[in-house]
Amino acid sequence: MSDVDSQFNIRDYLREHLFPHFLCPGCGHGIALRALLWAIDELKIPKDKLAFVSGIGCSGRLGAYIDANTFHVTHGRPLAYATGLKLARPDLEVIVITGDGDCLAIGGNHLIHACRRNLNITCMMLNNEVYGMTGGQVSPTTSNDRFTTTTPNGNYEPTFDACALAQAAGAGFVGREITLQTPALKNVLKEGLVHSGFSFVEVMSDCTEVFGRKNELGDSAEMVLTQKSSVRPDVYDNQVDQPFRPNFLKTGVMARNNRPEYAAAYRQHILTMREGKNNG
Amino acid sequence: MATPMSKLSEPRLVNIDGNHACAMGAIAAGCRFYAGYPITPSSEIAERMSLELPKIDGIFIQMEDEIASMGAILGASMGGLKVMTATSGPGFSLKQENLGYAAGAEIPCVIVNVMRGGPSTGLPTRPAQGDIMQARWGTHGDHPIIVITPASVPEIYEQTIRAFNLSETLRVPVILLYDEAIGHLRETVELKESAEIELHNRKWAAEISAEFQPYAAGEDKIPEMVRPGDGFRTHTTGLTHAPDGFPTQDPTLVNEYMQRLLGKLQHHNALVESFESISTEDAEILVVSYGITSRAARRAVKLARNEGIKAGMFRPITVWPFPAEPLKAIVGSVKNLLVPEMNAGQIIQEIERYRPAHCRVEGLNRIDGETITPEQILDRIKELASNE
Repeated sequence: MSDVDSQFNIRDYLREHLFPHFLCPGCGHGIALRALLWAIDELKIPKDKLAFVSGIGCSGRLGAYIDANTFHVTHGRPLAYATGLKLARPDLEVIVITGDGDCLAIGGNHLIHACRRNLNITCMMLNNEVYGMTGGQVSPTTSNDRFTTTTPNGNYEPTFDACALAQAAGAGFVGREITLQTPALKNVLKEGLVHSGFSFVEVMSDCTEVFGRKNELGDSAEMVLTQKSSVRPDVYDNQVDQPFRPNFLKTGVMARNNRPEYAAAYRQHILTMREGKNNG
Repeated sequence: MATPMSKLSEPRLVNIDGNHACAMGAIAAGCRFYAGYPITPSSEIAERMSLELPKIDGIFIQMEDEIASMGAILGASMGGLKVMTATSGPGFSLKQENLGYAAGAEIPCVIVNVMRGGPSTGLPTRPAQGDIMQARWGTHGDHPIIVITPASVPEIYEQTIRAFNLSETLRVPVILLYDEAIGHLRETVELKESAEIELHNRKWAAEISAEFQPYAAGEDKIPEMVRPGDGFRTHTTGLTHAPDGFPTQDPTLVNEYMQRLLGKLQHHNALVESFESISTEDAEILVVSYGITSRAARRAVKLARNEGIKAGMFRPITVWPFPAEPLKAIVGSVKNLLVPEMNAGQIIQEIERYRPAHCRVEGLNRIDGETITPEQILDRIKELASNE
């Protein structure tokens, strides 16, 4: 099913009075937002029940454009705020929008513990390999040898695999997709939203104006096509085609488990405490 | 811990330490969400909250760090609950980032700082009053903040309740600032029934309209708070925002926002200001003191009076905003101001600002991890009296 065929109209979910938006031409973040809202639309989650928590950076600014309850908080901390909000208000669908710097660098500690706790939050991390808003500095996910304003001779630091991290830390659901595959991205986000537990979805976005220009990666179309040729969708997992694929960055659903959801575990803990008291 | 204190149904006298009194005060005030991180000498607050909150459908969570604890309570407060966290010096430093968010986005919250010696890791198990200035100016930028300095265990209980009332009413972070010595001091507290306690809750926005602006405030300067799920679908941000809640750099709107934010405590000064005056009517030597040190000062003033020295005491309970007007009303007749503090001299700078030209101001400081004794203060009062 394509976007065009669906009943989904993104304008139903946007605060259009804030337009024109601040994203640069060619930026993948808008497509990721479209996929997220599309998934929400298909799940028929009422707008009043949607709570978006975002941090600082280009990703953090997306929340303001959504016609819902939106919270734009401090750098790296959206998962901490979201944890409090979700525990206080289990009736809300709490969704975190974050970036590679926000989530993996300054917010890394919150990510691993959000994964460990497995509270029912969906976290969409937009990975554009760079700190775009501050002018293009190296981030934990910048690829090897890439030029940024703080790696003038190319990046020599190892690149973080956010999904491997989330999976190892125990996230209930882990997925990754590129913006070019918008319907597939929508589906991964939808699965994440439905999953009861902490869902982490990494979106391979593209920063055309800052990162792309600096590294002469071409325009947005060229960048996403390069991205497409470098990923390995999960449907190929069991096929012996590795020699023909230049890169093995997996996309699709990366991990799923049925560990207890945090709030459910907490409620059980309360009941046990009360029973203990009554018996005592 | 299976003591009768666990039951909250009837008022009774209990002998507990300051940290437990703080936890019980928070519960009485309606706190239903606590996020914290272990740190000496405040950990008993978290421990008590972990025991009490589950009984009353509240939520306790130990977060991964101090920053996350502060973030979590703000998330829960934005969701509609009364919230608290507690910490000490090093942790208080880490709270400052999100404390600024609470001040700017006007999210009610109570933060307890049980002071220990600093700087850095300092003296984890020793008392100090070194965070007075940090409590006021720890987070960046001009911002409103209320700091309360209780001096006894019963006062911690009462002032914790008051801290919630102020924070909820004024949409401002309130810091409860006391030291390790009162935190671990045991005294008798009368725990109250909820019906006996006057509780103030935040104003919730109720009328949805196309013109609704979440940060538009009336004469009282306090905007109604929006509860997510009620249908308003508004935006909350730490960026400087217009009355509609969205970021702005328009100098007029920025100025209006800052003026309202910084003016709201002055506007509600009658609620915020609190202090105690002892024997100040004819005092020539006035001891200005807060927290644990004020207990030594109280004793010293009494002993001095017994010896015929005209000594008095002024004790700010709300230390920030500093109760300057009540102090100025007293110091007209005073010749000497003595400011004992368990730091190298912090609140004394405020006293200097407000003293009349004829008044001398002296500090009496201890920075060795010990409390100031009544004898120390009495000796200085006598010295000052004999110099006249």
